[in-house]
Amino acid sequence: MAPPAAAPVAVEPMTIAPPRPWREREWVLLTARLVRRRTALFGLIVVLVVLFAALLAPLVSPFDPLAQDIGQRLKEPGWADAQGRIHPLGTDHLGRDILSRIIHGSRIALLVGLAAVLISGVLGMTIGLIAGYFGGKVDDFFMRLADVQLAFPFILLAIAVIGVLGPSLQNIIIVIGVSSWVVYARVVRGEVLSIREREFVQAAIALGGRDGRILVRHVLPNAFTPWLVVATLDMARVIVLESALSFLGLGVQPPTPTWGGMLADGRVYLSTAWWLATFPGLAILITVLGINLFGDGLRDTLDPRLKV
Amino acid sequence: MKAYMIRRLWQSVLVLFGVSVVVFLILHLTGDPAALLLPPDATAEDLEKLRAALGFNDPVAVQYLRFLRGAVQGNFGESLRHGEPAMTLVAERLPATFQLAGASLVLALALAIPAGIVSAVQRNKPVDYIATVVALLGQAMPTFWLGIMLILIFSVRLGWFPSSGRGDLEHLVLPAITLGLFTTARITRLTRSGMLEVLGQDYIRTARAKGVSEPPVVWKHALRNASIPIVTIVAIELGTLFGGSVITETIFAWPGVGRLSVQAIFNRDYPVVQAAVFLLASTFVIVNFLVDIVYTYLDPRIRFR
Repeated sequence: MAPPAAAPVAVEPMTIAPPRPWREREWVLLTARLVRRRTALFGLIVVLVVLFAALLAPLVSPFDPLAQDIGQRLKEPGWADAQGRIHPLGTDHLGRDILSRIIHGSRIALLVGLAAVLISGVLGMTIGLIAGYFGGKVDDFFMRLADVQLAFPFILLAIAVIGVLGPSLQNIIIVIGVSSWVVYARVVRGEVLSIREREFVQAAIALGGRDGRILVRHVLPNAFTPWLVVATLDMARVIVLESALSFLGLGVQPPTPTWGGMLADGRVYLSTAWWLATFPGLAILITVLGINLFGDGLRDTLDPRLKV
Repeated sequence: MKAYMIRRLWQSVLVLFGVSVVVFLILHLTGDPAALLLPPDATAEDLEKLRAALGFNDPVAVQYLRFLRGAVQGNFGESLRHGEPAMTLVAERLPATFQLAGASLVLALALAIPAGIVSAVQRNKPVDYIATVVALLGQAMPTFWLGIMLILIFSVRLGWFPSSGRGDLEHLVLPAITLGLFTTARITRLTRSGMLEVLGQDYIRTARAKGVSEPPVVWKHALRNASIPIVTIVAIELGTLFGGSVITETIFAWPGVGRLSVQAIFNRDYPVVQAAVFLLASTFVIVNFLVDIVYTYLDPRIRFR
């Protein structure tokens, strides 16, 4: 549908607005609104704590996560060794300190989470932009592709592919990244469908702008907010997925500590040493809960209409 | 109506076609399927023999067409470990997986819909907070950890339920809770937000203004419209349940397709993996197609989208 011819408008002389004081900058206002929600603030704090634990793991861990001490195996939480050093969460079947292993395990969880979300996010953004902007056959093709992707029980496809390629950090990131694009593509596509009908995009098309330039300069910035919300919430899903792969033995291989791997080890000692399986699971639960709450808050602050 | 059905049918066929391509490609990811099927210490001669026997030297397109012809007939080759047709092995275990997924879904709906409705009606009251916190925890809890904790508490400590195997109803309790909790949490939140949206609409106010008492307003007027997104998500949750069954069945030694596939992946028994992935994905596509058709009767607006 062609837009109705616009009446000539008097062009106002352009003025440059003075820089706003920092208190009124948009991101400051948004952050203030975000942290005013208690649940979002809680989520943010959890995310920051996990992030710092991962970054500073060697500094904040009380023990070497790989140091075995068979004399100290399967000791309960709060156990003090001969030198009076305390293992707050106990030791595992090889006498390694569980707290230190959980702290180091956050590195793999966050690394896989961030890298996979980045890959699937960029892939999904690109597909969503193209499908929504060009529409028609292109759109049909990508949406059927999305249906194909969604038809697979995700974890089953992931373990099948990783089983073939072999478990390594790189393969896990690529497999999760490549197969998680659908939710981004759908959300971005939905946004693009309405953005492309807006005047500034129609004007850019009428002026003969190249499609690529219009997409990147005019459409993408307006589809970024929902993308960010999806990326945040998807990070939680990826962390659970990574730990599930590690649990099945298809994650990053021992001796590197992973939360899922620790859980799998602990499963064997369930009846004698409950703490082995319990604490890594709690670490996953708290991290995922924090990210979800933060993501919910982000959505409610930035884009309450978004249904994700 | 007919046009819509034909369009959806055609879409489903396309999707099934895509599924078959992906399942075919699983074996060809490394470029040398023969090396995957044989033990790592196989000689070059063995490899070449297998390649010739299974036609791996043909062009990929030819191999795919051969695979597709087998797949539509339910023929994925023989299991390398059990010597039986892969399809038979998978089909034998399908009822167990359907039973588990079905029980989880029933459990999820039975808990989530009342919880979501009460939560919406009692908005910002203690009941709502409790339901919301439980739902948030349920969505954040990894399936495998929940399963292990349930075993720890109810099998190891209390001895109420068996921790593994399939048998009478007792065996179903812990796996069904494990698999169903995430779906329960999701449907609870969806029902709550759906009910809140509907309860704020004009026709509800009209019904109340006319003097309709509260229970029929909530359970008849509101729920009927709030149930539409719930029907959609039930079909989609089927995928989540199939995926979750891989983990849940492994933890509880439940003899279903999920556990079979994990074992097959570790045994490098790829025909079984392909058959399992293909069957679960096809079930998902077919159920979603049927739900969409049923749906047009529930909500005639869908047809015109």
